[in-house]
Amino acid sequence: MIKALLSLMVPCGSLLILSACQPDIPETIQQGMVYCAEGSPESFNPQRVTSGTTIDAISQQLYDRLLDIDPATGELLPALATAWRLSPDGKSYWFTLRPDVQFHHTAFFSPGRPLNAEDVTFTFNRILQTEHPYHQIGGASYPYFQSVDWGSLVSSVVAENSTTVRFELTRPDSSFLSNLATDFAAILSAEYAEQLLKQGTPELLDQRPVGTGPFFFKEYKKDQFIRYYRHPEYWRGKTELTQLVFDLVPDNAKRMAKLLTHECDVVAYPRNAELKLITERPDVEVQSQISMNVGFWAFNTQKAPFDNVLVRKALAYAINKDAILEAVYFGYADKAKTLLPPTSWAFYHDLPEQQYDPVKAKELLAQAGYPNGFRMDIWAMPVQRLYNPNALKMAELMQADLAKIGVRASIVSFEWNSFRRKLSEFEHDSVLIGWSADNADPDNFFRPLLSCSAAQSGSNRANWCDPNFDTLINQALLTADVKQRRSFYLTAQLYLDEQMPLVSIAHSKRFQAKSVKVTGVTINPYGGISMAAARKSL
Amino acid sequence: MMLHYFLRRAFLIGFVFVALTVLAFSLSYLFPGEVLNNISGLTDIQPEQRQQLIQYYALDQSLLQQYIAYVNRILDGEWGLSFSSQQPVLSEIIAVFPATLELASYALILSFVLGIPLGLFAAVKADSVFGKLISAVTLVAYSIPIFWWALLLIMLFSLTLGVLPTAGRISVLFDIPTTTGFMLPDIWLSDIDYKSEASQDAFRHLLLPAIVLATYPTTVMIRFTRDSMLAVLEQSYIKTARAKGLSRFEVLYHHGLRNALLPVIRQIGLQFSTLITLAMITEVIFSWPGIGQWLLDSIYQRNYPAIQGGLLVVSCLVIVVNMLTEILHTLFNPLARKA
Repeated sequence: MIKALLSLMVPCGSLLILSACQPDIPETIQQGMVYCAEGSPESFNPQRVTSGTTIDAISQQLYDRLLDIDPATGELLPALATAWRLSPDGKSYWFTLRPDVQFHHTAFFSPGRPLNAEDVTFTFNRILQTEHPYHQIGGASYPYFQSVDWGSLVSSVVAENSTTVRFELTRPDSSFLSNLATDFAAILSAEYAEQLLKQGTPELLDQRPVGTGPFFFKEYKKDQFIRYYRHPEYWRGKTELTQLVFDLVPDNAKRMAKLLTHECDVVAYPRNAELKLITERPDVEVQSQISMNVGFWAFNTQKAPFDNVLVRKALAYAINKDAILEAVYFGYADKAKTLLPPTSWAFYHDLPEQQYDPVKAKELLAQAGYPNGFRMDIWAMPVQRLYNPNALKMAELMQADLAKIGVRASIVSFEWNSFRRKLSEFEHDSVLIGWSADNADPDNFFRPLLSCSAAQSGSNRANWCDPNFDTLINQALLTADVKQRRSFYLTAQLYLDEQMPLVSIAHSKRFQAKSVKVTGVTINPYGGISMAAARKSL
Repeated sequence: MMLHYFLRRAFLIGFVFVALTVLAFSLSYLFPGEVLNNISGLTDIQPEQRQQLIQYYALDQSLLQQYIAYVNRILDGEWGLSFSSQQPVLSEIIAVFPATLELASYALILSFVLGIPLGLFAAVKADSVFGKLISAVTLVAYSIPIFWWALLLIMLFSLTLGVLPTAGRISVLFDIPTTTGFMLPDIWLSDIDYKSEASQDAFRHLLLPAIVLATYPTTVMIRFTRDSMLAVLEQSYIKTARAKGLSRFEVLYHHGLRNALLPVIRQIGLQFSTLITLAMITEVIFSWPGIGQWLLDSIYQRNYPAIQGGLLVVSCLVIVVNMLTEILHTLFNPLARKA
């Protein structure tokens, strides 16, 4: 029967493929691109999420921001704001908005006016004003803005006239503009929000998005795909692509297979182990980009024995990072000295590298009063992330390393959502996790990961609240002078090296595999991927 | 006589439904977590909502009344919310179920079209090389683990030859509005102007999963048709018919086939639950967005309301199909009616 089936199928298969190349297929399919993503979006509003998967899928495609970051230099570029200026005391910012920016015309919303200052004030007041009708929708959670303490920084956002918006800050903050340029600060439509409020369905704002970006939302089938069509009145000009589909394929092997069968034009996160194999194919091109991220091992510094700095340092000495880089990242990563990647302008080049030294580690443990070691848990995240492609494997390697100094580690893992929940409740001893930066500012590493406010909001995985460190990173924000800022950040890195609330392990490169037919899709080191410049040759 | 039979069946089916709903109802209590969350599907219940919900779900009353309230809600289409999406479970099931039915029915049709003629052939030519070959290949195909067979086909046709896609029901670039939930009818009902390209694409997507899923029922069909035909051919009425001078074809068609196919009809019902299980595996391998994949995702996400609803629907389907084939069997077979 197998033979019978084979002989039946081969000619009909080849016939079908011939007929699939007919020229009368409409443009929406010929000029449509399929991006195979590694997971489903949690929301369609970038304000509400931090996950890179969601940001990749929604932010750059549907929305624009006031400012953009030049991916090559990290400098700020005008986007929806054509110009901006700052008051001498550094506490007021004025933005002039671009005229004639059109919102999406979709099946559920027809815009009656172009973008104006009201849209900008709506976008940010939703986050800032607790009595705002939209503030509580979806649980008043704006994780990125909460992690950078936006609530206490920005005192008001005011529309001076229809094209000028003023932001009033409570203190000067040199990272403010960078935060406005992140993928999270997407500008929403106030008119659409008002329409939804009248309909009594405000929650749809985060589920059926309207923005000004290059594509508009057509349909989302949960765990299957997201369909976007091109925004015909995009202010930067129409995109070449007529349709953009995010095919949601969490399984790595399936994503790979779909690239090889040309079901996907671009594939996110090919597995490091398979990179070599696919680069050999003529129809596939692999792109890489040094990315602003860090994978680390954070200790719960409020729990004994991790409240002892000697123990933390001992554990740091015990880990063989070179072996981890080889086995987990397959060499496609840089060894981390500190939280900041070497590409950051505030990186401390002369910082001594953390050595692998089990003997020293044992000495430190003995000094700390644990000559015979102890038992601990290593929480390994259950998902693959750029900064840590295989946390379980990493945990196993570390388990072996730790055994050499007498520390008996058990590996713990949960389903991803409960994993994150338990982490923010600080149930862990130590955890293997990481961070991808959203903008080029060094503050984006220190504040969301290790500040006291991050310890309160739960994103500080080390549960580490040190007033000295907070003072350093706060002072760095008070000045706009880069030299001064750098000196504060160098001190902060030195301080982290002394205190070791977490062990930075690697800065991974981000990879993407694409069909050679597709051009114009590049990886952005500072955030979500953009398809606006993509094109597909037939 | 027939009425009596149908009444008996209806009574039996009613009893089975009661048993099923009792099981599904008790799952809310057996699953970990709070009963109120499991039963409503709400992940985040505010204290002020709590009392209202307890009253709504009759949780302050006896178990029997809670069960009655549960059955009423099931009948009203209120199946609670899915934990992961916070959308009604029933509407999610309605969205994914047709895909499974579509795949399973194409596979079943394929197994009829291939299985019955091949089985007849193997019975009539039992001693020829072909007959033996069919039996041998059938035995092999029957024993192949389906996931391995699926991967082999994917490797050959998708990865090596590059002629068939590996996943989904249709290329995601085709924007087909959902009306029935069945892909091919949806394409023909839509007002797109590239219907033939779309249906070709859908057909290419359907081919591998349908073949994989059809493999097992086809082999069962061949074996049963063959065995039952062989048994029928031994009967004295066949010899009588031959002795009367009827042609070989007439004997087979008028006297053999109907009698031989009776047990085959019954087999369909019995094999249906296996078919649904295999459909789930097939769906996962080919990312076919049906109820199997949805149910497995729900299990992985500990989505209790979805598991509850999904199990109820799948088991009801199996029972209904079982019952229908049995009734069909009875209609064709006067002997069964008497028994």
